[in-house]
Amino acid sequence: MVSLSHYLILAAILFAISIIGIFLNRKNLIVLLMAIELMLLAVNINFVAFSHYLNDLSGQLFVFFILVVAAAESGIGLAILVVLFRNLSSIDVEDLDSLKG
Amino acid sequence: MEFKTILFYIFSAVTIFAALRVITARNPVHAVLFLVLAFFNVAALWMLLQAEFLALALIMVYVGAVMVLFLFVVMMLDINIERVRQGFWSNLPLGAFVGLLMVAEMGVVLSGRYFGLANFPAQNLPADYSNTKELARVLYTEFAYPFEIASVILLVAIVVAVMLTLRRRKDTKAMNPADQIAVKAKDRMRLVKMAPEVELPVAAKKGGE
Repeated sequence: MVSLSHYLILAAILFAISIIGIFLNRKNLIVLLMAIELMLLAVNINFVAFSHYLNDLSGQLFVFFILVVAAAESGIGLAILVVLFRNLSSIDVEDLDSLKG
Repeated sequence: MEFKTILFYIFSAVTIFAALRVITARNPVHAVLFLVLAFFNVAALWMLLQAEFLALALIMVYVGAVMVLFLFVVMMLDINIERVRQGFWSNLPLGAFVGLLMVAEMGVVLSGRYFGLANFPAQNLPADYSNTKELARVLYTEFAYPFEIASVILLVAIVVAVMLTLRRRKDTKAMNPADQIAVKAKDRMRLVKMAPEVELPVAAKKGGE
């Protein structure tokens, strides 16, 4: 019998993995964006699990809106990435210091 | 053990493996492909939770559109992997500490008897229950305004993505629509006053011959 806490712990593990990913890939912007996608996925698992076990559809509606915002975010993020690569010829986070005083 | 429980453990194990490979893969293309695998398995988990519409939307919207976009960008950029991987493992101790701490805390809170999560029984929906229909019913009544706002957000994202990556080239010949619309009739046609051409009388022509 799969209980609610199974799903919540799975989501917590996924979230922690993506946090570790952000720590590890300090330089690679693309993998940073992917780690953010994983984080949103973990949050969505929580929402769907609660929606199922509490018998309330609002949770699934929230997942719907989170998917919309995440798609917009990754689209704009990748566009910024492409412009950045065009100007700097690198996606290393450490090269992004032109605003540094 | 129930068959659903076995499925849950298989899907979650593959999800966690894929997530670990996403953050450690050397080649960004492999990372994207493992992310696709993770999304597929989470969609299967959502199927187990009887959220069919979201599971299919995740596969179609995320795997079909967003991940393909990621693949495009990864393959378009020429990334120097060696430079990006420099000092990759140096941040691992701190990251692993934070991550394990989070998992341990959440595990203590969520798996304990005191949180009362076991009190929530799983739903047993009838066989003719349509998740998509119920979602649509809520979406178009209670959540109609957020739905409209979501569409506006997507529109803004389209415009921003196009404008950010638009490159104007100097050698292309293009028309300016604003000038075209603002044009007046008198700009298009110019009336020139000039002396009329006088045709010679017929008699004078004959006399010349």
